[in-house]
Amino acid sequence: MKQSRSKNVGITLFIAFVLTPVYWLLNMSFKTNQEILGGLTLFPKTFTLDNYAVIFSDPSWYNGYLNSMTYVAMNVVITLLVALPAAYAFSRYKFLGDKHLFFWLLSNRMAPPAVFLMPFFQLYSSIGLFDTHIAVALAHCLFTVPLAVWILEGFMKGVPREYDEMAFIDGYSFPRFFIKVFLPMIRSGIGVTAFFTFMFSWVELLLARTLTSVDAQPIGAIMTRTIGASGIDWGVLSAAGALTIIPGILVIWFVRNHVAKGFALGRV
Amino acid sequence: MSLTLENLSHRVDGVDFIRDANLTFQAGSFNVLLGRTLSGKTSMMRLMAGLDKPNEGRLIFNGQDVTGQSVQARNVSMIYQQFINYPGITVYENIASPLRLAKMAESEIDRRVKETAAMLQISPLLKRYPLELSGGQQQRTAMARALVKDATLVLFDEPLVNLDYKLREELRTELRDLFRERQCIAVYATTEANEALALGGTTTLLHEGSVIQNGPVMDVYRSPVNTLAAQLFSEPPMNMIRGRVTDTEVTFDEYSHHALTQELSKLTPGDYWFGVRPSHIALVPANNDDLEMSMEVALSEISGSETFIHIENSHFEMVMQLMGVHQYHTGAPVKVYLPVNKLFVFDSAEKLVHTPSRISGGAV
Repeated sequence: MKQSRSKNVGITLFIAFVLTPVYWLLNMSFKTNQEILGGLTLFPKTFTLDNYAVIFSDPSWYNGYLNSMTYVAMNVVITLLVALPAAYAFSRYKFLGDKHLFFWLLSNRMAPPAVFLMPFFQLYSSIGLFDTHIAVALAHCLFTVPLAVWILEGFMKGVPREYDEMAFIDGYSFPRFFIKVFLPMIRSGIGVTAFFTFMFSWVELLLARTLTSVDAQPIGAIMTRTIGASGIDWGVLSAAGALTIIPGILVIWFVRNHVAKGFALGRV
Repeated sequence: MSLTLENLSHRVDGVDFIRDANLTFQAGSFNVLLGRTLSGKTSMMRLMAGLDKPNEGRLIFNGQDVTGQSVQARNVSMIYQQFINYPGITVYENIASPLRLAKMAESEIDRRVKETAAMLQISPLLKRYPLELSGGQQQRTAMARALVKDATLVLFDEPLVNLDYKLREELRTELRDLFRERQCIAVYATTEANEALALGGTTTLLHEGSVIQNGPVMDVYRSPVNTLAAQLFSEPPMNMIRGRVTDTEVTFDEYSHHALTQELSKLTPGDYWFGVRPSHIALVPANNDDLEMSMEVALSEISGSETFIHIENSHFEMVMQLMGVHQYHTGAPVKVYLPVNKLFVFDSAEKLVHTPSRISGGAV
């Protein structure tokens, strides 16, 4: 009994420690700038939603969210469309250099995004892709596709090949089998993959900021440009930060069970 | 309707899986592929189903070459050792799936599914999902799915190994009855000689990818072409003792001398292999010309209501199978009797030269 209480104390402290910055962000987002700069207050003294109102009414703010969501969604879709067949091939067929290729995919992840900054910038500028959503989505694919293939391959290997054969024997054509039989069997894997792809793309700032200027500027980039003539608008910035967390929380909520499964399979 | 394998060979990464197989399966026949693990049973079935393409040889169905035909284009079904069903749909939909893919009318699908389910005694389970069922029920579902579409070739790849003993016997009997009326080619792979005997039909012995012997089950059992066939089709494997026949006597491994009696006297002098089934070795003589040997107990194991005793002397070792539970201590001396009329004789090239002739009335 005593032991479990001390355990609880430990975990409570830990959670409090981890959540403090998040709380502080929320706290600040409901305060006025004067209060933020005025001194330390644990709760907003004058509770205000003005900061959020600014974001939802000013196009330069809410477009940032729309831009981010657009290229993230594009990225997730492209990644899954590319990685699903690729992972299937890796899990089912033997071909020349399959093991090396598989490892090379993973080693792609070892390069920091900054390495690819200049080539992407130059390339996209010259073919007119600069400052478009698809430009960012494609750039992110370089990192998300290998990760997706890696995760999906683990899930697909968990499905015995006999299922494929059984379906073919029953008369399924390959595309029909893949969509109607196989994908439902690995839906946790797809959930986990989508989650990790989303997370990478959502938080990645360097590529997204460099490859865009106005039309496709992500929210992260906009947040770094809030220094106006009157100084930093702390309240609005906090509100923007709080809103940035929400999509992540939603996605985690939907895939939380699948992620645990993914961890169990040792590929995440 | 028949399926013929013509000089079929299959190789993967330089390893021979099937070597030059020539076999013909007739419609309405029940064929058992018997062999140890890695003998090529599954490989052969996969070639027959069209899941793998042979490196050499042809597959002829009704006089038509179907070697390169895709599996979807063939009318086959297969039942695996693992219980493979579509996990996301009900048992009813599982059974119906091949019919739906064949675009059959809904009323016909319903009739067939219910009929097949009744045949396999899973009618009450139709609304449930495969993973909610017991192993036996799952395998029944898989069988129903395989049988519902009236395939011309039905392949069973060790379907009963993952089931418990009782269930296995029950399903085996049912299976045999199900196929009695059907006009399809049934092929059944197993590692167990007893199962092959119980199923009957035609037996094909496979070893390391080669067909050793093929024929009606009793013919294969009673006259194995060589020592390998004899050992494969006997559980535990047939005992083999080297022996030399002279004009007057037979000597086992230069050690145990016996007079030549009965059919053995027809053997021309030379070196032979003598085979005796473990169940034919007795501890008491049945006839006065039984071959008596002094042995020592090396190991005694009890399996169910039978006892297997491994016996040896300085020259050879044998296994004997006794009914009932017996206890023997290691090292205990025993006298065993080999009935002359139940000995198989193979020449030095291990080819069969003599089968026991007194088979009427007694088991061989």
